[in-house]
Amino acid sequence: MSLSLKIEFGGGLELLFSNQRSHKVTIPSRMPSGQGSENERPVDLKYLIFWLKDNLLKERVELFIENETVRPGILVLVNDTDWELEGEGEYQLQDGDEIVFISTLHGG
Amino acid sequence: MAPRLCALCDNARAILKRPKTGQQICKECFFYVFETEVHNTITQAGLFHPGDRIAIGASGGKDSTVLAHVMKTLNDRYDCGLELFLLSIDEGITGYRDDSLETVKRNQQQYDMPLKILSYDELYGWTMDRIVSQIGKKNNCTFCGVFRRQALDRGASMLHVDHIVTGHNADDIAETVLMNIMRGDIARLGRCTLICTQGEDTIKRSKPFKYAYEKEIVMYAYFKKLDYFSTECIYSPDAYRGHARVFLKDLEAARPSAIIDIIHSGEAFEVKNEVKATQKAQQTCKRCGYMSSNELCKACTLLEGLERGMANAGITDRARKKLDAEGPAPENLRTIPMFHLPSSSSTGPSTPISLEAPA
Repeated sequence: MSLSLKIEFGGGLELLFSNQRSHKVTIPSRMPSGQGSENERPVDLKYLIFWLKDNLLKERVELFIENETVRPGILVLVNDTDWELEGEGEYQLQDGDEIVFISTLHGG
Repeated sequence: MAPRLCALCDNARAILKRPKTGQQICKECFFYVFETEVHNTITQAGLFHPGDRIAIGASGGKDSTVLAHVMKTLNDRYDCGLELFLLSIDEGITGYRDDSLETVKRNQQQYDMPLKILSYDELYGWTMDRIVSQIGKKNNCTFCGVFRRQALDRGASMLHVDHIVTGHNADDIAETVLMNIMRGDIARLGRCTLICTQGEDTIKRSKPFKYAYEKEIVMYAYFKKLDYFSTECIYSPDAYRGHARVFLKDLEAARPSAIIDIIHSGEAFEVKNEVKATQKAQQTCKRCGYMSSNELCKACTLLEGLERGMANAGITDRARKKLDAEGPAPENLRTIPMFHLPSSSSTGPSTPISLEAPA
C-alpha cells in the first residue's frame, strides 16, 4: 500500500531539492513499525517531512528541518490550505494530496 | 476533518490562519483584509496625496512584487490618482540580480508601470562583481548597502519622483529593531520603526507593509500566483541579520504576536535629548552633493577607496587615516555625478488621500 503525492517547493526551498520545484513521490501509506505489522498508523505530514529529508533532499538539511519539524519561516500548505488549519505535522496524508513548502526566508 | 468556515464571511472554507489575529479565513476575505489593512496603514499615516508620483523600489523579490501589485490594486480601487513607477537597482551581480531584473521586467508588463533600472556600473563605475573581485566577500555588503541607498534616491530623482516606497514588512522591521538594540544604535532604533522617513530635504521613503506579516505576504503572492524571484544573494549574506531573523522566527513560532510586539517596543523607546544631541547634523557632500553627516558622503568615501586601491578606507578609521596620509584625492579621480533633488512634482491638492472609498 502506498500513497502518491504531489510535492511543490517554492521561495528558494527548491534549491535544496535538485533545484526542481515540482516532484511526484510515492510513499508508504502506513508508518513502518519495528514491532510487526499490527498497529501501524497511517502516515502523517511529519512522516512525509522526514521522508523528504531522507529521499529527496540534496543539501543543507538544517535549512529544511529544525526540532523535528520544518524550520520556522517555512510555510506549508495541504491542498492549498495553511497546514496550521489541518493539524500541522499530525495531518493524515491521503492519496493524491498536494503538499507545498515555501520558504519565507529569502530576500524581498 | 470537516472543513472550517471563514471567521469573517462564515460562508467559504477557511484556507489560512492569520498570524496577527489567529482568525481562520477564506481566500477572498484574506485578499480583502490584507489589502484593506495596507490601505488603512497608508491613509492613517497620510502617506500620499492625489497626483503624487511614487517610485516602488522593486527587486523582483516577494515583498516588492506584492507591494507593486497591492499599490496598483489600491490606486485603482480607491481612485487615489497616484502615478506609480517601478525603480530597480542593478548592483551588477551575475546570476543573481540579472535574473531578478527579468522578473521586474515582467512585472512592468503585468502591472503596466514604467520601469527605471539604474546600475552601479553607470553611477559608480563599479559592479558588485568587480568590487568583490577586488575586496573579497568580507565587507562587500557595506558597499552594496551604501551604494544601493544612494542609487535609489538618484533613480527617484531621474524619474522626478520625491517619494519611494519599499517592501519592508513587519518581520524586517522587527529584525531591525532587535539588531539596533543589540548594537546600541540609538539613532537608528528611533528611525527604524517610522513608517515614513525624510531628512532635511531628502526624498521620502515609506513602508506601506510596516504592519504586514511576511507569512501573509508570501501567502498573498502564492494565492494570487504572483511572479517573483527568490534566490539568496550569491555574495556573503548579512550574517548578523540572519541570526536576528532566525531568532525572530523562533519567537513567532512560539507566539505569533511577537513581531508586532517588538515593533511596538521599538516605537515605545524614548531617546533622551542629550543622547540625540550627540548625533551629527546633516550636510551636503562636498564632492557629489548627496546628503551626508560628514564632508564626504559614505558612497564617495567608499568609491575613493576603491579607485585608489585602498578599499578599506571607507570601512575603518585607521584605513581612512592611511588613505589621507597618502595625500589628497587625485584630480582625475572618478566621482559620482552631482546629486539634484527632484523639483516637487505634486501639483494636486495637499490633503492626504482619505479613508473613504468613492461611492
